Amino acid sequence: MDLKPGSRWKSAVCDAQMVVVRPPKAAGELQCGGAPVVPIDDAAPPTGVIEPEFAEGVLIGKRYLDEDSGLEVLGAKAGKGSLAFNGTAMKIKGAKPLPASD
Amino acid sequence: MHTPLLLDIAADACADRVALGSRDGGCDFDSYRARATQVASWLIKQGKANTAFLGMNGNILPVLLFASGMAGTPFVPLNYRLADTDLNKLVQRTAPAVLVVDDEMAHRIVPTEGIKLILRSEFEATFMAGDRPEKVDIPESENDIAVLLFTSGTTGEPKAAVLRHANLTSYVMSTVEFLGAGEDEAALVCVPSYHIAGISAILTAAYGGRRIVYLPAFTAEDWVATAAAEGITHAMVVPTMLDRILDVMEKTGETLPELRALSYGGGKMPEPVIARALAMLPHVAFVNAYGLTETSSTISLLGADDHRAAFASDDPKVRRRIASVGQPLPTIELEIRRDDGTACEPGEQGEIHVRGEQVSGEYLHKKAIADDGWFATNDAGWLDDGGYLFVDGRLDDVIVRGGENISPGEIEDLLRSFDDIADCAVLGIPCDEWGEKVVAVIVSRSGQPDTDSISAAIRAKLRSTKTPEQWFHREELPYNETGKLLRRVLKAELVKATEQD
Repeated sequence: MDLKPGSRWKSAVCDAQMVVVRPPKAAGELQCGGAPVVPIDDAAPPTGVIEPEFAEGVLIGKRYLDEDSGLEVLGAKAGKGSLAFNGTAMKIKGAKPLPASD
Repeated sequence: MHTPLLLDIAADACADRVALGSRDGGCDFDSYRARATQVASWLIKQGKANTAFLGMNGNILPVLLFASGMAGTPFVPLNYRLADTDLNKLVQRTAPAVLVVDDEMAHRIVPTEGIKLILRSEFEATFMAGDRPEKVDIPESENDIAVLLFTSGTTGEPKAAVLRHANLTSYVMSTVEFLGAGEDEAALVCVPSYHIAGISAILTAAYGGRRIVYLPAFTAEDWVATAAAEGITHAMVVPTMLDRILDVMEKTGETLPELRALSYGGGKMPEPVIARALAMLPHVAFVNAYGLTETSSTISLLGADDHRAAFASDDPKVRRRIASVGQPLPTIELEIRRDDGTACEPGEQGEIHVRGEQVSGEYLHKKAIADDGWFATNDAGWLDDGGYLFVDGRLDDVIVRGGENISPGEIEDLLRSFDDIADCAVLGIPCDEWGEKVVAVIVSRSGQPDTDSISAAIRAKLRSTKTPEQWFHREELPYNETGKLLRRVLKAELVKATEQD
């Protein structure tokens, strides 16, 4: 899976969609709800089978980070599965929004 | 990452939300993207390297910007205020290009090889009218240049600043929350398209999910009327605009209850104007933003809390932060450096240097960024103990009198504190004795300024070398449309005037 910046993916198990903001330093697998994500244009509908340990959900507009690899992903659509990289749960990146300036 | 992605994910997430124009009957995000893909597909067929635009603000502007990004043709907005000869020089430098031009401006363009002209009316009839067209699938282009902006050119020919997709998307994604705007939010855009703020406004609004309403060109009356009628919640203005907006509000009694946030930048905001704005718009959060074309817009900002804290404080150090541009963005590294490259102490003036992904620091055929990524802004400034940045203006504007560097800004701030001085500029003009001497140009409210007592006050507060040696009186000072004082114009006039003495 080529997790290059700007690439779009969706969950194989729920409605979540994501965009890669920063690529991982080493290749690996982005997962949602415990299953590998699929390219955004994949035609298969989500299976609905979400592993309980990866069921905290993806929120729209939130950024998710895998600290070890540097992989950063934006939640572009919400879903019930949660994100992981090579089986390690990704964390929400806490960032205070800035005021609009233009 | 390319800029069209910003629109693409927003259109997927909130297809029905109004993106452009009036809250009733405006263009929704789905239609916005579909129209941009149609334009992109047409641009690709034309086979030109660039896509240029000469015209007033309007909904075709954001559609063209995204379409250019999809088609892989850098977007080149041109300045319609230039003289015809200068404008045509830029058109030539943009060729080969598709040039979309306002009907009223088309006669100004001389036929140029490689330029395909299309009238705005024709473009609008083809691409902007009627129901939502089909979305065309366009593979991401290889070209990583998103926008070329001609800078005003302090010396010689204007330079074409290069903004890459990576610079712009990095700026947007690090400063804006994806779909962070509520459905009721709307931004009023009145800066022209050839200004960096006009470009960044389009990108941040699309990614944030905020509706954009355009003013074709700025008048304070239209601004206030549109803001009220369209339920505008956010806007960006330059200092000269704000003063006039407040005048109109005072006259009409309009209070703009829906307005939430007003950002300003692009020139020094006189303190009395911002004080008046805070008093007249107590429900509005004010933001002062500082940035350059070469940095993809904002790199430092003074937020609403900082404004309130500064005005409420008795501590002069905190109080004066109202005149600062706040603190650098978390994603920007900023240093003040001396001429020899070493870092300045807090309070010490030097040149502002910045580094970050949004910093392009690049012109066509000329990279202006150091190998380690640092960009010298050519702006003079200093940081206070709390890390607040004060910008003193262009380094070129610093007056060198007998080896001493004197910033016009400090003297101008003091001059503005006199009730009789409505506006002012301090400049250095050549002089045999000191190399340069300090002169002041003032606009007096009474018409009879007491320059002797003003001189005495400056001497007491600053020092004698900073006291203007010569005073000039004007009805008004020359500004460009984005609120920048035209110092070079003024200086040239003064040099001529003093030579004749």
